[in-house]
Amino acid sequence: MEWHQTPGNHALCMRYHSTPAITTSLSSPIKVPPSSCGQEAVGMELETRPETLSIFRTQENDPACQSEQHLGQYYTVPPSHFHTVFPHGLPPRYQQQVKTFNEGCVMVRQPALELISHLKRADYSKPTMRYLLYGVKGSGKTMSLCHTVHYCSTQGWLVLHIPDAHLWVKNCKELLPSSYHASRFDQPIQASNWLRNFRTTNEHFLSKIKLRQRYVWTKRESTEEGRPLGELVDMGVSRVKSSSDVVGAVLKELRLQAGGTEGGFRLAVAVDGVNGLWGRTTLKKEDKSPVAPEELTLVHNLRKMINNDWCGGAVIATLSQTGSLYAPSSAYLPQELLGEEGFDSMDPFVPVPVSLYSEKEFESCYLYYLDRHWLQHPHSRTEEGKKELIFLSNRNPSVLERLCAFL
Amino acid sequence: MNRLSGEEWQGGHYLSVPLSSHTHTNAHLQRHTRTHTHTHTHTFTLSRVVPSVAALMTWLHSAAFTRRLARSIAYLFPSGLFDNKAKPLMKHPDEVFPKQRAVQWGADGRPFHFLFYTGKQSYYSLMHDTFTKALAVEKHQDRLRGKGLFTQDAKQISLVGSRWLLKEELEELLVETISDHDYARFIQLMERLLSLPYCSAEEDFVQRYRRQLEIQSSKQQVQPLQYDQHGVAYSTGDGRRKTATGTVLLRDSGSGSISINGTNYVHYFPVLQDREQLMFPLHFMGVLGRFDMQCSVSGGGHSSQAGALRLAISRAMLSFLSEGQVETMRQAGLLTPDPRIKERKKPGQEGARRKFTWKKR
Repeated sequence: MEWHQTPGNHALCMRYHSTPAITTSLSSPIKVPPSSCGQEAVGMELETRPETLSIFRTQENDPACQSEQHLGQYYTVPPSHFHTVFPHGLPPRYQQQVKTFNEGCVMVRQPALELISHLKRADYSKPTMRYLLYGVKGSGKTMSLCHTVHYCSTQGWLVLHIPDAHLWVKNCKELLPSSYHASRFDQPIQASNWLRNFRTTNEHFLSKIKLRQRYVWTKRESTEEGRPLGELVDMGVSRVKSSSDVVGAVLKELRLQAGGTEGGFRLAVAVDGVNGLWGRTTLKKEDKSPVAPEELTLVHNLRKMINNDWCGGAVIATLSQTGSLYAPSSAYLPQELLGEEGFDSMDPFVPVPVSLYSEKEFESCYLYYLDRHWLQHPHSRTEEGKKELIFLSNRNPSVLERLCAFL
Repeated sequence: MNRLSGEEWQGGHYLSVPLSSHTHTNAHLQRHTRTHTHTHTHTFTLSRVVPSVAALMTWLHSAAFTRRLARSIAYLFPSGLFDNKAKPLMKHPDEVFPKQRAVQWGADGRPFHFLFYTGKQSYYSLMHDTFTKALAVEKHQDRLRGKGLFTQDAKQISLVGSRWLLKEELEELLVETISDHDYARFIQLMERLLSLPYCSAEEDFVQRYRRQLEIQSSKQQVQPLQYDQHGVAYSTGDGRRKTATGTVLLRDSGSGSISINGTNYVHYFPVLQDREQLMFPLHFMGVLGRFDMQCSVSGGGHSSQAGALRLAISRAMLSFLSEGQVETMRQAGLLTPDPRIKERKKPGQEGARRKFTWKKR
């Protein structure tokens, strides 16, 4: 992580603290006192360098310890975690931003905090709770989901992160008829990709979980009971043809073992763009008739996962209009995007609305971009420039990001 | 006079032969009415020579003709033939006929004006007059200098809000054509006259050759502010661009929220350029976060809708601004409706400007 001084920041800090001296201003309650949550060593080091701390950053990099006082502030995802936790979950523009800024900073926002507090208090012996993040386009649903996923992985959960369910229902070049079930279709490429990323995310679980059933793939190949999950996943990655069935098997195993008392782990199923599972697809069979989503193996298995007939985990989903098929661009409410079938399957769920940036959050984002020297234009440092930015983006996070990209 | 077409004549049951032209008919009619005391012998001979004329004469005296004539007059002149409003409006002869020179020389052939043989006598006499006046002013200045009363800050002629006569206007005044070079020399001479400190003596002469400029912003009609039940000021404005029309309701003491046709403006105008157009009037006057807006727009494409809304916002904002600010807005071009429309496609071309592909053979 880099910290550097920017002269503008001091002036802006002084707007918030009436004290003239910079060092005294930093001993305000914004900084988190060392808590028992186990702050990282890096964080401890940085406390001793007060002049580089700014109003919009927080030292609390552990999502479990973040609370309302950190609202609107950026915390940094440690680089060591970055590639394991998020091999495939982040929005593409955010990935580019991470590469440019050389650090992954996530803003602590109300929806994510709410979700995390729900997860902390939930009873895991009951059937799984489903949480649905919804909001207008670009309001930060995927980022909140990623924040929650980070929390889950720091708490030692097994994370099943499907980056975009819409990718499974459109633009598929190869559709193989499933060997397991006659009327279903396999998607080998998507399945193997996902298995690879799954392996990266949950390395340490793969050897611990043992299979409870014997799976026969072909006449010569089978996976015995008691073998570690890692073997199954490796097989799925290498044998692309049967990867979709492997995915189904993995999901089934995890579902059975999640709430278990011996060696039990918590399972987090994070699905982005969950409305893609219940819509229409753009895929066609050989006779040009459309493929329904339930005829796809991956979708079928995922739907079983989202049902709340298992316990010991949580299902966190977001709606997405951007990648969705045959949905009007003004739709953002669950009922509009999920459709009747989807809503009935997801019901009951906890809806979590994601709104646009509040004034404080916008301020924080603006300061972050200034700090990273992302806003190069001298006019953007002025008050008027800030008002223009507010007007043109209407405090929509993604619109603001695209706007600042060429300033 | 009643103009009856050939078909109508045929419709009348008096004639079986169609008449060829109106003038033929009219000539006959006119001759008949004018020469009321014309000898009957003439008509008798005519009617013998041309059989249709007899029938025509009969028709003209018939009741059917009178009725038709009355109906036609009632249609063409609703107020009647002799009403004041039915009088034909004519322009003053000076406006219709161009000013012409009266004869420039006397009976003996000698021209009246001493500069006649220059060809542009009025122009050169004007130049001579101006220069004489300039010399007189200089002489006056020298006399004052001699007396020691010369001061630099004498009263100057005020030239603000007026412009020199255009070349066309000068030509009209002098009733003769002058070239661009001549016009330039004239303006140069006038400027030289004005450069003298004591030229205010010739103010009347100079003002004769200047025209007042109209103040553009006084043409702007500014609606008064309206207040709703909570005491919040609001105003409306509408604007048009190409085929799009938009109306805006601007409310004071708001937070800068804008809704267009019920949806958020970021959603309605995903293109940045359109949002910049909306922002322009507010940003120009520095009132970005002050107003709440409710807009409705229809027609055209997204660009023209944004332009229409921009004009509507500027017009609605006028009620909140002072005179000077209205003038700055006008000069910025925010209050001018954009006159550009789609150019007509011409025949023989593929589009308005694009020609068909030229083939050599």
